[in-house]
Amino acid sequence: MSAVLPYLLSGISVGGQYALIAIGYTMVYGILRLINFAHGDVFMVAGVMMVYLSASLPLYISMPLVLILTVLIGFAIERVAYKPLRSAPRMSVMISAIGVSYLLQNLCAYITGGLAQQYPTVPGISNTVTIGNATTKVVTIVTPFLVIALVVALVLLINHTKIGMAMRAVAKDYDTAQLMGIKYNAVISATFVIGSFLAAVGSVLYFTNYTAVTYTSGAMPGLKAFVAAVFGGIGSIPGAVIGAFIIGISENIMKGLEAILGAMGLSVNVGLATFSDAVTFALLIIILVVKPTGLFGEKATEKV
Amino acid sequence: MKTSKKLLALVLAAAMMVCMLAGCGSSASEAPASAAAADSAAGSAAPAASGDKVIKIGVFEPASGDNGAGGKQETLGIQYANQECPTVEIGGETYTVELDIVDNQSSTDKAPSAAQQLVNDGCSIVLGSYGSGVSIAASDIFKNGGVPAMGVTCTNPQVTEGNDHYFRICFLDPFQGTVLANYAYNTLGARKAYSLSKLGDDYSVGVCNYFDEAFKALGGEIVSDQFPDGNTDFTSYVSNAKSSACDVFFAPVSIEAAANIIDQVYAQGLTIPLLASDTWDSNVVAEAATGKDLSISVTTFYQEGANTAFDEGFKKWLNSDSTAMANNGGNDMIAAVSAMGYDAYYTALEALKAAGSPDPAAVMAALPGVTYTGVSGNIAFGENGDANRNSAIIKKVNCETGVWEFVSEATVE
Repeated sequence: MSAVLPYLLSGISVGGQYALIAIGYTMVYGILRLINFAHGDVFMVAGVMMVYLSASLPLYISMPLVLILTVLIGFAIERVAYKPLRSAPRMSVMISAIGVSYLLQNLCAYITGGLAQQYPTVPGISNTVTIGNATTKVVTIVTPFLVIALVVALVLLINHTKIGMAMRAVAKDYDTAQLMGIKYNAVISATFVIGSFLAAVGSVLYFTNYTAVTYTSGAMPGLKAFVAAVFGGIGSIPGAVIGAFIIGISENIMKGLEAILGAMGLSVNVGLATFSDAVTFALLIIILVVKPTGLFGEKATEKV
Repeated sequence: MKTSKKLLALVLAAAMMVCMLAGCGSSASEAPASAAAADSAAGSAAPAASGDKVIKIGVFEPASGDNGAGGKQETLGIQYANQECPTVEIGGETYTVELDIVDNQSSTDKAPSAAQQLVNDGCSIVLGSYGSGVSIAASDIFKNGGVPAMGVTCTNPQVTEGNDHYFRICFLDPFQGTVLANYAYNTLGARKAYSLSKLGDDYSVGVCNYFDEAFKALGGEIVSDQFPDGNTDFTSYVSNAKSSACDVFFAPVSIEAAANIIDQVYAQGLTIPLLASDTWDSNVVAEAATGKDLSISVTTFYQEGANTAFDEGFKKWLNSDSTAMANNGGNDMIAAVSAMGYDAYYTALEALKAAGSPDPAAVMAALPGVTYTGVSGNIAFGENGDANRNSAIIKKVNCETGVWEFVSEATVE
């Protein structure tokens, strides 16, 4: 057990960060049936903004400011790039999403000059802590609890508030929802606001652990979070969270498998750690073959 | 109907995935190129205006991507040398030297097109690149274009092996790996080393192989791992080094990965010394290590203070030019690669003088006989077009002040 602990800890931590991004993918998909490819880049933009804002402002101002600005960016992206395409085929919206993704990456490449920026130290969660034989940053411990708290809040919001009820209605059938007097656009904006907020929180946690921010920083976490959302059943929030934790943990266990086996008395030396990413994507293929809607995906009821 | 819709959705999703992956790659190309264009405009504006005969020297360096920080510092050395000596006398005529700077984006699939641009622009000689992988990838473009290339700090043997057009002014990885292994075994007293390289990266995989071989030959034991492209989470690799009780952490990887590794090694309380190759010799690494109780040593080409005239001139230039300062990472610490870039420029001028013509073929023919004494030592080309270098400088970060300190000069018989 003690051999597994450090890998499990970093797996849970990175899994929690994937989960926060995955929720954004899954909520937007649930409502718009759109895979928002720009979401990973919104996460990266939050990181880049933090680097520049914290250089001139104290942290207690820059951090809330980053959360607010990220939410505004998410809102603006929806209004500018997706809303005009509401009646267009779904494919056009997806292509628009890819366009936004390019735009954000290139803007950040221009601003940062293509170089990695050092993320600021966040007091409290940047400190180190020792658990058993594993030494890690406080953020690693904080992440899963924060994720669970946020998810519980989100589920409560969706099940017990008016806007939540509207979201569920729009997700079920948006034409009928509109006929019932639900303000369709407001619901969609709310979805993007929540998704971007969670991505911003995720970026603070993620970059506190992995401190170099580049314009491509959003690509890999974004892709992994997307995989997590599909893995858990796209459209399902608990599914996305559980999928993210499974992916985070399995990729880190894979990185340390040789050391773990070594501690158990089995000596393997074939470079298993190299396959950590392959495992993530192999898991995705297996789950899609066995259960095409993902772990918690709703059974699609076709109306034709 | 039902199944066909599902099938369509799956196909679309698959198509999107592919698009996205391709997107990540190609979107990287546009913006940095514009940044590089701005750089080159700044570098070439003055000479072009004078209306003299112009000769072009290609600068094939990364300005973005994994090796962007290092590539920019190497380019700075070349730019400084160019503004110090903007003309060259060839065959009795004075030519203005124009730097043609392209960004190879640290990427082996973008490098050939950047190289092609230099060939198309009619460069007489090309300098670079930082990072051996891109040099190897672009080698054939220079060969087919008939343009000689001179590696500045690309240390992988494959860059110059089996060709007549690629030269280099630095030492090679078999040498560097052996120096590092000796240092780890004899000076640091390590008996078990953890060596970490990046999957598919010619440079780090190469250095690790030579290090592993030499370290095993000395009687040491090696635990090695490779991390995939785009990886920023090194905690599990650090845990591996910790749980396998290694005495030294050897990671000759890019500066970007270095910043993450240093942070995570410190966060996980790993106390063994970190050891790396010439890539880590950068103020970015020194800054990442400041205030952390770590031991970080590297092998490199030049130590600040070895040539005061160059040091002072270069610092003065950095301080007078805010773009250059930003490209150097925001302070005026001198990276070894800048000194090497400086020497490479003057070596190229020597080659042009010896060729007596701006014709690339003449320059290529003249290069093997060129010698030059630069700030980083004597440069003369030997076998394969490699410079005869038999010593490397070992430096260590002072974690309190955040500067590199000279440890020793190492040679291998």
